[in-house]
Amino acid sequence: MKPIVKIENVSKRYRLGGLHPGYLTFRDMVGGALRFRRSDGNDGVRPKRDFWALRDINLTVQPGELVGVIGRNGAGKSTLLKILSRVTKPTTGRVEMYGRVGSLLEVGTGFHSELSGRENVFLSGAILGMRRAEIERKFEEIVAFSELEKFIDTPVKRYSSGMYVRLAFSVAAHLEPEILIMDEVLAVGDAAFQQKCLDKMHSIRQHGRTIFFVSHNMPAVMRLCRRVILLHEGQVVSEGEPQAVVNDYLSATWNIAAERVWLTREDAPGDDVVRLARVRVLSETNAPATAFDIRSPVRIELTYDVHEAGHMLTPHVELHNEEGVHAFSSHDTSDEWRRTAREVGRYVSVISIPGNMLSEGTLRVHASVMSHVPQTTLHAQARNVIAFQVIDTQQGDSARGDYIGPIPGVVRPLLDWRTRFTPPQD
Amino acid sequence: MDSHTSDPIASPHHAAATTAPLTHAPSPKTAADAAAVTLPDRPLILIESEETGVQFAFPDLWAYRELLVFLTWRDIKVRYKQTVLGAAWAIIQPLLTMLLFTLVFNRLAGLDTGSVPYPLFAYTGLLIWTFFSNAVTNSTNSLINNTNLITKVYFPRAFIPAAAVGAGLVDFAIAGLILVGLVIYYGVVPTWSLALLPLFLLLAVMLALAVGLLISALTVKYRDLRHALPFLIQFWMFASPVIYPSSVVPEGWRPLMALNPLTGIIEGFRAALLGGNFDRTTTTLAVLMTLALLVFSFYHFRRIEETFADLI
Repeated sequence: MKPIVKIENVSKRYRLGGLHPGYLTFRDMVGGALRFRRSDGNDGVRPKRDFWALRDINLTVQPGELVGVIGRNGAGKSTLLKILSRVTKPTTGRVEMYGRVGSLLEVGTGFHSELSGRENVFLSGAILGMRRAEIERKFEEIVAFSELEKFIDTPVKRYSSGMYVRLAFSVAAHLEPEILIMDEVLAVGDAAFQQKCLDKMHSIRQHGRTIFFVSHNMPAVMRLCRRVILLHEGQVVSEGEPQAVVNDYLSATWNIAAERVWLTREDAPGDDVVRLARVRVLSETNAPATAFDIRSPVRIELTYDVHEAGHMLTPHVELHNEEGVHAFSSHDTSDEWRRTAREVGRYVSVISIPGNMLSEGTLRVHASVMSHVPQTTLHAQARNVIAFQVIDTQQGDSARGDYIGPIPGVVRPLLDWRTRFTPPQD
Repeated sequence: MDSHTSDPIASPHHAAATTAPLTHAPSPKTAADAAAVTLPDRPLILIESEETGVQFAFPDLWAYRELLVFLTWRDIKVRYKQTVLGAAWAIIQPLLTMLLFTLVFNRLAGLDTGSVPYPLFAYTGLLIWTFFSNAVTNSTNSLINNTNLITKVYFPRAFIPAAAVGAGLVDFAIAGLILVGLVIYYGVVPTWSLALLPLFLLLAVMLALAVGLLISALTVKYRDLRHALPFLIQFWMFASPVIYPSSVVPEGWRPLMALNPLTGIIEGFRAALLGGNFDRTTTTLAVLMTLALLVFSFYHFRRIEETFADLI
């Protein structure tokens, strides 16, 4: 099938000398002209170092695809979006686009704080590529979507930041390009408004439009996209099914994977009593995994070697989410080993976190082995040792029900709801 | 479809992660369903590398023409927000300058402007000059003031300085009302040459646009120009027959003065309104210089506008 976007060998080079502070002074120019040119092409004004923000990007996108672009900061995501939105030109290569392009690299592009909401709808709409007649036709709809009917003639500098974002996104959401380029726009606004935005993105895609979506929000990427591209140092290092690509991203970004092994006693964290040997995340079927359906149980396995007999040891696991919030801690409280002096040898302890308990997102695991008798002693500890993802695929039977927006909270239990109905007593 | 699966990022502890029990909901609309979308045979947008030559892209300018109107309208709206006197400033600036120069040059220095009363003479020149200098000053800073737009969204960049020039035209129209009053007050009877007035105004707009495009583009790279500009503007004013007639300039200096396109524009504007002779050579020179400068400035602007987002 014919692609709607064809990216061929696109590279982008920035000259670091000229990039920072971004401009020269007249003196530099005059000075540079007077100086002898060096043989290396360096004019002696400022050292020139090349930085390739993108290297040989090749990509074809079919109509109706929603392509997620992920990668850590500086991987080239923004540069790619800037090239696709024609803000900057590639150094080499070319891009063919068979449709109108709308780009949303920030919320409120073209807004002027002195102007009223109404005036900004027209201004921002025109800057984003809408015709005057088109804006007039959609004006009522845009204002209704933003829920700002009462304030539409107030200067936007009097708006709260939430109101500002709502109006800005409403304008953007009513763009109707065949190709939409979006950068983290969903990261703003309150939960209810984000829900509306997600709905809007769904409907945009269902109209056969193509969307490029850059985000750090892995659950959103996994929910919305069927195809994800991972950029690393300006190159596409992984591409395809969201789950596999997000796994690659996590292992690259956090430099931690689903399993951690220490091969020698010297390397292993711990003291003379006990040392960790392996920590890993397992699925229900005991296969190492990095991404879990929110409804499935997650197993965390600790392997440790006891080198000194006679200690009453307690293995311990802590979970932290991507905001650094300590989700919970768990100590081994089983009757079998609690307050039992351990023999020298290898132990494998597993905990099983039930499905429908953790919230969506990345969870990092701290593993440790301690003893609490006679007093609490931390024998072995490995922080941020492994990480895994919990994703709600929105099949309707998780705790989110039919709601598709973001849900805050550290846990997301599926609870039993009982509702009693009483008909009106007339 | 291009398959571009390459090796995952090497990580010292990269576990061989097998698939977890994660299944995707079947998408109601997949790419295949959307194939009903008919695509044009030729790309609507072709992005080529920096190495390809300068394109004037006139169809693009035309497609975005409404944006020029919106940007001009924004510049006008924003300029007089939160001012007490509002658009009256458009009148105050040339009017007070005229009164000042009338006092200094006419009353104190006794400068002779022939049959035309000095206040009328000076105001006519100052009207064009104020438009020109404001347009150039505002357009010079316009690109830097719109950094947030330039780095976030595509549209023809030339519209930003052009809108600054356009907004100046509105001030010109307001200040022009005073000129009409002065013409009536001094009892000047317009002749057929009045028909040429719009032509000289158009020349002034083109010259302001040419200078604005050139300096604004250079300012993106060389910020010093912002500081040099006030001197340049002041020098240019005294080098042009704004507040004195070129007849007071020694004969030998006049050809040099005619090389300044503003000389022909201001004198032509004045002659068209107040009567008098057009100097054919000066006018022709002004037309040719303005056109040449506009073409050069626009070419220069298009050549470097793609680097604005990287430089600004």
